[in-house]
Amino acid sequence: MSLAMFVQHLFNALTLGSLYALIAIGYTMVYGILRLINFAHGEIFMMGAYFVFWGVTLFHLPWPIAVIGAILVTSMAGIMVDRVAYKPLRNAPRISALISSIGVSFFLQNFAIVVFSAIPRAVQRPDWLVKVIVIDKIRILPLTLVFPVLSFILMMGLLYVVYRTKPGLGMRAISKDIETSRLMGVPVNRIIAITFGMGSALAAASGIMWALRYPQLQPVMGVIPGFKAFIAAVFGGIGSIQGAVIGGLVLGFIEIMIVAFLPTLAGYRDAFAFVLLIIILLIMPTGLMGEKLEDKV
Amino acid sequence: MDAKLKRNYILTGVAVLILALFLFWAGKNLDGYKIQILNLIAVNIILALSLNLIYGFTGLFSLGHAGFMAIGAYTCSLLILPAAQKHAMYILQAPMWPFSVMHAPFFLAILIAGLVAALFGIIIGFPVLRLGGDYLGIATLGFAEIIRVVANNIPRVTNGALGLKGIPPYSNLWWNYGWCLLTLYVIIRLVKSNFGNTLKAIRDDEVAARAMGIDTFRCRMTSFVIGAFFAGVGGALLASLITTIDPKMFNFILTFNVLMIVVAGGLGSITGTVLAGVVITVLLEWLRFVENPVTIGSLTLQGVPGMRMVVFSVALLFIILFRHQGIMGKREFNWDWFLGLFRRRGEAR
Amino acid sequence: MSDRRIVLETKNLTMRFGGLIAVKNFDIQIQKGRIVGLIGPNGAGKTTCFNMITGFYKPTEGQILFEGQNISGWPPHKVCSGGIARTFQNIRLFHTATVLENVMVGARVRQHTTWWHALLGLPSYWKEEREIRDKSMYLIEAVGLQKLADEQSGGLPYGAQRRLEIARALATDPSFLLLDEPAAGMNANETQELMGFVKDIRSRFDLTILLIEHDMKVVMGICEHMWVLDYGVTIAEGKPEEIQANTRVIEAYLGEEFVHDA
Repeated sequence: MSLAMFVQHLFNALTLGSLYALIAIGYTMVYGILRLINFAHGEIFMMGAYFVFWGVTLFHLPWPIAVIGAILVTSMAGIMVDRVAYKPLRNAPRISALISSIGVSFFLQNFAIVVFSAIPRAVQRPDWLVKVIVIDKIRILPLTLVFPVLSFILMMGLLYVVYRTKPGLGMRAISKDIETSRLMGVPVNRIIAITFGMGSALAAASGIMWALRYPQLQPVMGVIPGFKAFIAAVFGGIGSIQGAVIGGLVLGFIEIMIVAFLPTLAGYRDAFAFVLLIIILLIMPTGLMGEKLEDKV
Repeated sequence: MDAKLKRNYILTGVAVLILALFLFWAGKNLDGYKIQILNLIAVNIILALSLNLIYGFTGLFSLGHAGFMAIGAYTCSLLILPAAQKHAMYILQAPMWPFSVMHAPFFLAILIAGLVAALFGIIIGFPVLRLGGDYLGIATLGFAEIIRVVANNIPRVTNGALGLKGIPPYSNLWWNYGWCLLTLYVIIRLVKSNFGNTLKAIRDDEVAARAMGIDTFRCRMTSFVIGAFFAGVGGALLASLITTIDPKMFNFILTFNVLMIVVAGGLGSITGTVLAGVVITVLLEWLRFVENPVTIGSLTLQGVPGMRMVVFSVALLFIILFRHQGIMGKREFNWDWFLGLFRRRGEAR
Repeated sequence: MSDRRIVLETKNLTMRFGGLIAVKNFDIQIQKGRIVGLIGPNGAGKTTCFNMITGFYKPTEGQILFEGQNISGWPPHKVCSGGIARTFQNIRLFHTATVLENVMVGARVRQHTTWWHALLGLPSYWKEEREIRDKSMYLIEAVGLQKLADEQSGGLPYGAQRRLEIARALATDPSFLLLDEPAAGMNANETQELMGFVKDIRSRFDLTILLIEHDMKVVMGICEHMWVLDYGVTIAEGKPEEIQANTRVIEAYLGEEFVHDA
């Protein structure tokens, strides 16, 4: 493999990895606060993508407005999901909320089939994103430069909110101990809503970029990226935002590089992440940056 | 006490006899579609009982059922397909020995299918059963996905994405209900024994169970592997029932359907699982009509694709939100209660 | 009396969590048939000692010798089948199971037949299952819960739950029993009753008992020997009357001023 090829793969990996990372952040934030694997998160990702292209093709909105609008609507949807399907189960056994999230996931997927039909739709991409740049034999799609940068900006914004603002302080408090936080006057329900909103916004952003990268829309498009991003979150140590980012990037690299260097394994692409998951759970169940949780005797 | 036991045995025997008479009648008088639904009911009950053992009674949140079903379905199909048919069907690559020539009678094929699934249960159980709660769920889900991807990529064994077609349709009411009763017997015996008490104890409080001298890992493993066995059996029966299988079929929706039956029936209730198995199988079939065009008088309504699963997932959400203990909770049917029903009515008269 | 055989002995038992030393150089020797106590203020490391002895924690250093065998590092279920049973400070019953089922689960560790015997319906299985049921009923009667045998254990009153936990522990046929604050949450009458009960089961089931207790009346009333822990360190050891007079113990419990005032 030539160096040029390697650099191209590197950019592809960086793009895929940062898209995984954006989804993984939503998983890790919700898990950190509610100890819930939000199975519907992949569908939130899918909704973001559909909304944008709805906006552009149906309402003829300019791109930036469609994107911002779609992100806002999707984050509202994320908050709604929590209100309707998870909030009533806060005091029920933890698995109840998990089953509820599986139900929501299937509901959204099939509702999307009803509304948008199951037929994959091609995405019209703005030219400037896909006009190949050639630098010294290295051929690069502009979007592989733009998307990682955009993702990085979004992540920085999120980290700012979590570590520098009052709602962020609330989130960190709730993730340590929800009951004590409530007693200390943290508006728990509002903070949880904000968490879902922000996680969903990032997932929507990721979904939009995903649809531009692999120019296709499908109601089930969120399932596999959703699972993989969850695995990335586990790999990074569930509950840790930095961990989710690192996990997403690592997973993106593993996937792209294995397919690049061992093309015979390309058919197994969707299984890498799950194999990685089982290995991680075996050798370091708390992930890279996770805190150790122990059953108290 | 012993007289009561004898009475219960007799009553159970009578119930089985009535079921047999019904099946005999159904086989002669019902049309193919209705018989197919009856068959699916039996298979779904087998699958749901096995998941209820794993999740409802032992508390292991496993989402890997589709994986075990796939293993069972492929094993059984490869054993009952004639060698010539396999050679003709594998157009991508020729089938690999011994898969190309192996052959077994149907009963043995199902048994082997269950055993192979159980073997995979042991292999996957070692890494994942040490995990708790939702991590176990995602890891078993991962296992099922890996099975699916692998099945897609070993065309010399599975015929890849093309799947297997023309699987001999040996599966009928007698096979399905026979295995269903056997599953029921095994699960009831297990759950009612002190081993069953132990499984429930682990579900309630693992730490206390360990302090009581219970090797919790081993018990969990036993339950998981027995569950995997019956999931494999269910998959095997299903393959012969629908005669065509491919890797795409064994996706998460399949596990979701089984989980739905278990949750709707009540975690840890065998009666509930059986009831929900009947209701949900019928409901799922009945819901097909919302996806087909409907003609009412001169008005033709276009069917809506996807609507079936929308209704189905909303139903699951309703159950989990408003009655998360399911139809039966943890209660069970027993003959005393059943006879009491008549007695009370008699007195009222 | 002092020539009795030693059944449980710990040597330099130490437990560290990260940088924190929870228990340091815990050395005890317990003679067969004794009722002995482990006392100390909250957070002194008493339950940590229990968790080390019963295998829930692997000691950082030191040895636990039970019947002459080094059992440190054994998993909990092996410790239990070796003959050490315990109860928990914050009662841990199998709450969806009935009283009888709880005790039967305790008896499982001594059961020879298992799931496949049950599936085959072997006579040996039915016989043993019946024996276990009878033994469990006997234990339930011994703790006075016979009327509640078919009740769900999660709904029992507090005192009954404590007794059930003891019955469940006895079902494992232990020779050594650890009770973690058996009198917690009990009123004076119940406590009085409990003291008689503990002495009674000791002789009836030929037990050696180590208990953690806050209620000084209980400790002084039934323990023949005791150890006092404070911040993980054993600060005193002896007979109840010796401990009562020990200034370091009074200090640990009541603060220094009390000693000076006295």
